[in-house]
Amino acid sequence: MSAAIVGARETEMVGVIPDKSAIELHAEAARAALADAGLTKDDIDGVLCAGQSPVAVAEYLGITPTYIDGTSVGGCSFMIHVRHAAAAIAAGLCTTALVTHGESGRSRVGMGGFGQSPQMLGSQFESPYGVAGPPTRFTLPFLRHMHEYGTTHEQLASVAVATRRWAETNPRAMMREPITVDDVLNSRIIAYPFHLLECCLVTDGGGALVVVSAERAKDFPKKPVYVLGTGESSEHSMISQMHDFTESRAFKVSGASAFAEAGIERSDIDHAMFYDAFAHTPMFALEALGFVGKGESGPFFEEMRTAPGGDFPLNTNGGGLSYTHTGMYGMFAIQESVRQLRGEAANQLPGVRTSIAHGVGGMFHAAGTLILTNDERA
Amino acid sequence: MPKRPLPQPTPETQEFWDGARRHELRLQRCNACGRAYFFPRPFCPRCASDDVGWFTASGKARLYSYVISHRPAPGFKDDVPYVIAVVELEEGPRMMTNIVGVEPKPENLPIDLPLQVTWERQSDEITLPLFEPSGGAP
Repeated sequence: MSAAIVGARETEMVGVIPDKSAIELHAEAARAALADAGLTKDDIDGVLCAGQSPVAVAEYLGITPTYIDGTSVGGCSFMIHVRHAAAAIAAGLCTTALVTHGESGRSRVGMGGFGQSPQMLGSQFESPYGVAGPPTRFTLPFLRHMHEYGTTHEQLASVAVATRRWAETNPRAMMREPITVDDVLNSRIIAYPFHLLECCLVTDGGGALVVVSAERAKDFPKKPVYVLGTGESSEHSMISQMHDFTESRAFKVSGASAFAEAGIERSDIDHAMFYDAFAHTPMFALEALGFVGKGESGPFFEEMRTAPGGDFPLNTNGGGLSYTHTGMYGMFAIQESVRQLRGEAANQLPGVRTSIAHGVGGMFHAAGTLILTNDERA
Repeated sequence: MPKRPLPQPTPETQEFWDGARRHELRLQRCNACGRAYFFPRPFCPRCASDDVGWFTASGKARLYSYVISHRPAPGFKDDVPYVIAVVELEEGPRMMTNIVGVEPKPENLPIDLPLQVTWERQSDEITLPLFEPSGGAP
């Protein structure tokens, strides 16, 4: 255990923020996280971010860093940033690292384009077939999972229902109306077998973290959150080339690395955040990270074990499905893990000692995993 | 026929697209480990050998997984719903395609459905490999 998160904040608003650009959302979150840690921008010597260049974010904030990391592999980039920050601090490349996210995913203020050269591999071998962004690519593996394991439409819908139940009691969540499995299955089909309520939100917002060495962790105002285990991996850049449509190899490698480093068992995890871009994503995470056997996630969700009152509290902020999803949601998963470990969450669980935040990048393209604890003896 | 965003071949992929224009599904096989692979590159992604060569695949495949898109990509507005699929070729590799020649309904599209390549000309340079049920439409 070498590093700790000592500052963590989201933008004041999440959801619809038409009066702020993407880089300003980075900066707003960064300034809030610095205040949370009792620091100023002049204390920061490491800058890590995705979406925007770390050069641009450092310039915008007035920071001259000794370490920059622009790893930008989708929504799990921030799990990977925390991992890289811990390594950089241990190696003496910086002492106080700032990880930022800001995205105007809904209002599209100050966002770069998605334009791609027709010579890119995805443009040659996927775009001609009418894929329209994540809803028609990320979703492609799931019918294979249904076929191999008998996973049902109702089980997929149950993920959205369980997640909404957490959002119902989180005042910051965008979607708080109670929903049933029938409501999900009666919502508009986006890309069969996925319905609207099985797809994440599209919102504006940001979040930021301050990471320092574990030795310094108690020198800050808030209860430290220690980085116990970390992992990252990548698999493919085109979903059609995913090795096995019933499991994510990147998830397995990243998760196994995090547990090996942490030196704890799956049963030691008190709270989990699994990136839910679509309802099947946390199913794949539950299996790949070893919490259930292969093909067993469907019944697990159908039994509402991840919902309030269940034995596996998951996505307690309401997730990307109901809380917020700016585009690269992973930062918000980490923020909720930190809140639960500090005792600051809207849906605070009793006695949380360990939390896992697992992110996906792109369409199962990449993965990043953090196992966090508030126990300094861990 | 949808107005599709068309690929622009690179030196490494040119043979695949030249073959498609001739209605030949061109893949590469590694002479060291014997495995066929896709997408094109001048070395084997499994064993890293650069002793690889092109061959023409049978065009037979099975339906590995799919979605039925109700959310059209630009150029596909008049074509919804349509099937975006990943097929597993008889020779092993998988590729994205569309399933045509069948009503886009789940009951017509069981997983592992046998398929056969069919060709759709887009321009002087580009012809796309699409797939249809090998027994014809049910």
